[in-house]
Amino acid sequence: MGLEFYSSKLADAVNWARKYSLFQYPFVTACCGMEFMALWGPKYDVARFGAEFPRFSPRQADLLIIVGTITERQGPVLRRIYDQMCEPKWTIAFGVCASTGGFYQNYSTMPGADQCIPIDVYIPGCPPRPEQVLDALIMLQDKIQRGEGHVQVRERLEHEAQQKQRLKVIGP
Amino acid sequence: MSQKALDRAKQILGAIITSSHAHAGDETVVVETAKIHQVLKTLRDDGEIPFDFLVDLTAVDYLGRPQDQARYEVVYHLRSMKTGCRLRVKALLEDPDDAGTIPVISTVTDLWKGADWFEREVWDLYGIKFEGHKDLRRILMYEEFIGHPLRKDYPKEKRQPLIRRDPNDV
Amino acid sequence: MRERKKMVLGVKDLIDYADDPEADDELPTEPMKVNMGPSHPATHGTVRIVLTVEGETVRDADVQVGYLHRCFEKESEYATYTQVFPYTDRLNYVSPMLNNVGYALCVEKALGIVDKVPERAQYIRTIVGEMSRIADHMTCCAAGAMELGAMTIFFWAVKGREWIWELLEEISGARLTHSYVRIGGVSYDLPPSLPERLRALFPKIEAILKDLTDATLENKIFRDRMDGTGVISQADAVSYGWTGPTLRSTGIAYDVRAAHPYLLYDRFDFEIPVGSKGDNFDRYIVRIDEIRQSIRILKQALDQIAPGPVVIDDPRIVLPPKQAVYNTIEGMIGHFKLIVDGIKVPAGEVYSHTEGGNGELGFYLVSDGTGRPYRLRVRPPCFAIVSALGQLIKDAPLADIVPTFDMMNMIGGECDR
Repeated sequence: MGLEFYSSKLADAVNWARKYSLFQYPFVTACCGMEFMALWGPKYDVARFGAEFPRFSPRQADLLIIVGTITERQGPVLRRIYDQMCEPKWTIAFGVCASTGGFYQNYSTMPGADQCIPIDVYIPGCPPRPEQVLDALIMLQDKIQRGEGHVQVRERLEHEAQQKQRLKVIGP
Repeated sequence: MSQKALDRAKQILGAIITSSHAHAGDETVVVETAKIHQVLKTLRDDGEIPFDFLVDLTAVDYLGRPQDQARYEVVYHLRSMKTGCRLRVKALLEDPDDAGTIPVISTVTDLWKGADWFEREVWDLYGIKFEGHKDLRRILMYEEFIGHPLRKDYPKEKRQPLIRRDPNDV
Repeated sequence: MRERKKMVLGVKDLIDYADDPEADDELPTEPMKVNMGPSHPATHGTVRIVLTVEGETVRDADVQVGYLHRCFEKESEYATYTQVFPYTDRLNYVSPMLNNVGYALCVEKALGIVDKVPERAQYIRTIVGEMSRIADHMTCCAAGAMELGAMTIFFWAVKGREWIWELLEEISGARLTHSYVRIGGVSYDLPPSLPERLRALFPKIEAILKDLTDATLENKIFRDRMDGTGVISQADAVSYGWTGPTLRSTGIAYDVRAAHPYLLYDRFDFEIPVGSKGDNFDRYIVRIDEIRQSIRILKQALDQIAPGPVVIDDPRIVLPPKQAVYNTIEGMIGHFKLIVDGIKVPAGEVYSHTEGGNGELGFYLVSDGTGRPYRLRVRPPCFAIVSALGQLIKDAPLADIVPTFDMMNMIGGECDR
């Protein structure tokens, strides 16, 4: 058993800790915000998933939940908030408007928040039921455990590219 | 309010009214555009039925109407808090002959403070300038947007994105 | 302006400099531009306020809305009259039934069939509208209290709102964006068990209201933050075009349901709560009282409602029943024409007004005789209300922005359309 066993176990443990302690940044714009409020409420309690407390500063959050329609005017704002978050970070597009633009196809609505930031989990629904959102949260947690969030994937690829680079330099 | 508002308006405005109707129970008067400020001030300060509440200020684009009819209509909805009567006042605006000039109408922000944002919205979405408005800038769209989207010749799906990400970049 | 004790940090004994004429003035300040950005925890709805502050006092405020402009008016020019209903849901999305009803009444006025809508449909519209209004006011009061730190009130009110949403989901199929009303009536009848379940809900909602008022009415912190903040005079409120609970908080008893009765509101006996000072606390209390009045209207509506058709019997307006669509050629053609072409509304213009959650919700429709509106304008109540925000927060402490903005109940979908 080489070093890889311990480092992969460590990675698993770190991912386990990350997935159960997500600090959300709810970027609430529109009607989905009402379902988001319902998610906080006592009936569909999101606290049981460890993702309860919203951190209203992007510097302190690691889960950006884009709730509601993103307009073209909102684009630079969203990008800036995403850039201000520290890595590792994950994003959820809550609702069809954030996923694809919804049934709004006009001069002001951005067809999905993924036009300006990468998204990990898309939740369809207008607005989605809170159970759907909890399902998506569990899906995201599985993704985090496997290390497949887009930031985690990018880090792994960069790490592997670096390793290859190093081997090339050492080389035969 | 059967015809009360219309009769009173005809009484106090007289010849400034170019036409009027009461379709579906809504009393409407069309007035000379140059005198719109005077018209609204008279209606607001009237003793019998003071139309002191500006309910709505908007515009309609009638692109495609025959040449002798105006393209834009600026529509004011008024209500009297005292009697409850409602009146619609319309002013017609031509499309200016040279492309590039902007249709202009006088502002009513000195009569009602609420007209401020309504007029900004009409400027933003229709491109109708309100002369005398202190701060006429876009309100619903962003400043970098070119064009006036609610005009009939602006295509619905023509986006002017401010930001897009590179799909290869994570 | 309250007398502030001036204290200079770093001095050994903190002396009250207020009475000392030789004391130099406060710490030097210069105006600073602070951005209360579109994404902010204390603003419900995306709005950007560019503040010029001097110390803790706001000297100038530029309120920028439009971050949720979803082009309702442009979209409605490309949709048939029935296809506009989902767009209206998303206007004031905390009370969607009221928007549906307002739009349906506008088109019915243009068609000239306002009196021909069956009575049961009108009662149903009233019932679901008042339920939506209760949800709207509860959300506003809950969110307002949460911003001031009272999280528990938020949880109680959300719990109450869930009960209402459960019933609305049974009626219409969706918790939030119902699209339940149709031109000429409503889409389906009420479930048979609804009246008893709704009646069972009233004492529970009253209990929540009692909890809300007990926790806030005598609470010094809440009262200090809400009393005397965001005050507007009656003349200013009328000049800005305020309507709804915010106008009633200044003392003017203008309620569209009473002044221009629509549906069957002239058959119901209800009061119009008014405030006296036009401050934030009055707006809060007016909303709580309006919930009680809505419950009163609901009780009367449930007593008076009688069985009957829920949609007008006119093949030019209403889809034929499915049996006819699948078995007769006339039914199929009628269905096809209504879906593809839309309801043909005679040419002309109408303006129809109803009492939305925030005030007078008006729809101005210009029709050209085809099945799609030529121009559909929404008169948004909170657009006029938020336009006064700049004036209300000037020369007030920074902390007053939060209760003032929350009690205005700015709903982005309605303000920006």
